Amino acid sequence: MANGTTADGMIKEQAGDHTDRPKGWRRYVYSTNHKDIGTMYLIFAIIGGLVGGSISILMRMELQAPGDGILGGDYEFYNVLVTAHGLIMVFFMIMPALIGGFGNWFVPLMIGAPDMAFPRMNNISFWLLPFSISLLVLSLFVEGAPGSTGVGAGWTVYPPLSTTGQPGPAMDLAIFALHIAGISSILGAINFITTIFNMRAPGMSMHKMPLFVWSVLVTAFLLVITLPVLAGAITMLLTDRNFGTSFFDPAGAGDPILYQHLFWFFGHPEVYILILPAFGIVSQVVATFSKKPVFGYLGMAYAMVTIGGVGSIVWAHHMFTVGFSPNTQAYFSAATMVIAVPTGIKIFSWIATMWGGSITFKTPMLWALGFIFLFTVGGVTGVMMASAGVDQAYHDTYFIVAHFHYVLSLGAVFGIFAGWYYWFAKISGVNYSEFIGKLHFWVTFIGVNLLFFPQHFVGLAGMPRRYADYPDAFAGWNFVSSIGGYISGVGVLIFLFGILHAFARGEKAADNVWGEGATSLEWTLPSPPPFHQFDKLPQIK
Amino acid sequence: MPMTHAKTDMMTHATTHTMKHAMTYKRRNIYMTLSLCLATIGFMGVLVWAAVPLYEIFCRVTGYGGTTSRAETAPNVVVERVIEIRFDAGLHRSMAWDFTAPAQPINLRPGETALAFYRAHNPTDEVIIGTASFNVTPQKAGSYFSKIDCFCFVEQTLLPGQSADMPVTFFIDPSIATDSEMDDINTITLSYTFFRSKQAANINIENKQPRG
Repeated sequence: MANGTTADGMIKEQAGDHTDRPKGWRRYVYSTNHKDIGTMYLIFAIIGGLVGGSISILMRMELQAPGDGILGGDYEFYNVLVTAHGLIMVFFMIMPALIGGFGNWFVPLMIGAPDMAFPRMNNISFWLLPFSISLLVLSLFVEGAPGSTGVGAGWTVYPPLSTTGQPGPAMDLAIFALHIAGISSILGAINFITTIFNMRAPGMSMHKMPLFVWSVLVTAFLLVITLPVLAGAITMLLTDRNFGTSFFDPAGAGDPILYQHLFWFFGHPEVYILILPAFGIVSQVVATFSKKPVFGYLGMAYAMVTIGGVGSIVWAHHMFTVGFSPNTQAYFSAATMVIAVPTGIKIFSWIATMWGGSITFKTPMLWALGFIFLFTVGGVTGVMMASAGVDQAYHDTYFIVAHFHYVLSLGAVFGIFAGWYYWFAKISGVNYSEFIGKLHFWVTFIGVNLLFFPQHFVGLAGMPRRYADYPDAFAGWNFVSSIGGYISGVGVLIFLFGILHAFARGEKAADNVWGEGATSLEWTLPSPPPFHQFDKLPQIK
Repeated sequence: MPMTHAKTDMMTHATTHTMKHAMTYKRRNIYMTLSLCLATIGFMGVLVWAAVPLYEIFCRVTGYGGTTSRAETAPNVVVERVIEIRFDAGLHRSMAWDFTAPAQPINLRPGETALAFYRAHNPTDEVIIGTASFNVTPQKAGSYFSKIDCFCFVEQTLLPGQSADMPVTFFIDPSIATDSEMDDINTITLSYTFFRSKQAANINIENKQPRG
């Protein structure tokens, strides 16, 4: 992808007297170009996804059969794997791919802007991430829980497990990693908000912006509002651990529940941060391949605003077992269920967009349809566990694991792949192979369903999360689940092969690879777009 | 798209490109948006910083987390219902005192005032100041559990080798009888945990007499 851009860009550069453009490593390390930074984010996300995915394969190997498997009975190491998988997938795969990658690439293009509002800040947003993940990787090699290395407190790092339970410095390194990742995301969010509010091309009113831009805007707002809360909470964790405070220690007049409130005030909007950009991508893809404008544009845009707003006041549904009064539980149950309304608006509007449309089932459309189907499955189990009474039974079982992997691992990741195939030609300048793309989709679709659907069953049967072992009764479905995991792993290999194949084949992509259905501004530019675009700002009628 | 830049510094190239459009984009608006974003982040930061005292106030007002309330005087109504009060004592892991709760539970009718004595002993050869954190379980009973006086209201100082009785005067709010959510409350456990006060380093033994 990088090569394609360079080769193509150089020709234009010579023609256009661009002798001052940074070359070689400087082009990336010093980059202030939204497309190069977007490309780096995408590569970073692929690496993060490979690491996080490899960890999940390890976990599935351990869980393939009851008893001690590949981890040889080192249960704390299993906890470390669970923690690393969660943190890497959330902060170093989905967020860099959707927000940093596609957001950087296509928000300026779609609103007709030459670049982001603060190009230098964009550079630091990206370059903080390698430092952040380095700290997290470093934490794997220093002591966490007594006698073992790495952080094993889960991605939620609840005290007291993360304070007295993990006395080693691994936890401190992980907290710093989160701090830096948080700063990176906040800077990125400020950049998106400023760009979208101030740099739209003439005639591009807010209500004419493509839905992907809307989704990134809502996401950026959620980041700006919630990340400072996470930063504060983990800072208190840090002082509790190292400076003798007791914010979260009841013996010192603190309260561990306060940490849970602060964490989930960030953590619940975070799941919408992960899924909203995928909503945006799916809207673009479904409209393109139905050759129709998206149904109910305003409803779609404001449904996302509503999801962001309501999603920020329902956090305690993650905490139904901490002993709330019935009234508190009733509020958080009801408010959570309300989110199903705007989400339903989106699902039905996608279906209505397809209704009567001239649909072509190209690879991005398959991923988008897969997204709609799987996200709905995850959404339905979400409404089930929104009910406080039922949630007491589901809490911390594999039913929860199945639910959030259906909305995130299957939802957000399918959204990422929809965007990947939708924009691949635009980003790289070469066409991917439809056959390999479709093979990737079907193998992944079968794999992930085989992987996660059985987890509903073992969860309802009472299998708890975050253990490296289980009673023999759960063996059957866990075996199926592991097989699904390996098939999904093969899907990732097909994905990587597809990239290599596309570049090796080098079939030059057209400006608009999708034809009349693709109406947003990025399709008016060459593939890949020139190093700087829109020297003359486009006019939107 | 050909264009020539006057400036050739590679670092500023892309920035120059954006600035070329500065005429199109109102710089003032851009920095206004930036300031509003920073203000939002600052505001949320202040909210987190204030979360701890706000949460404490919230707990005190609502009885959340089993937080007990304070009263000046005892109520003048007594309800015919008996609730067993149990006592629990705990210590922060860095606290060197011995701290014991009254061994026997007491039976109390809502509205009646009771007096209980905890006992603390400082076996070390240093002066230790302690503060007790407290709550009741079931936590939902917190707002009905009122203390008139308690050793937990102030810091307690124990000299080397000193022992002290620590009194607490309390009652159950008689309105507990009219709250249907409290119908299943037959037992309430009152719990204290002593932790070391930060100020312990430099105190004047002469002036600080322990209560007792």
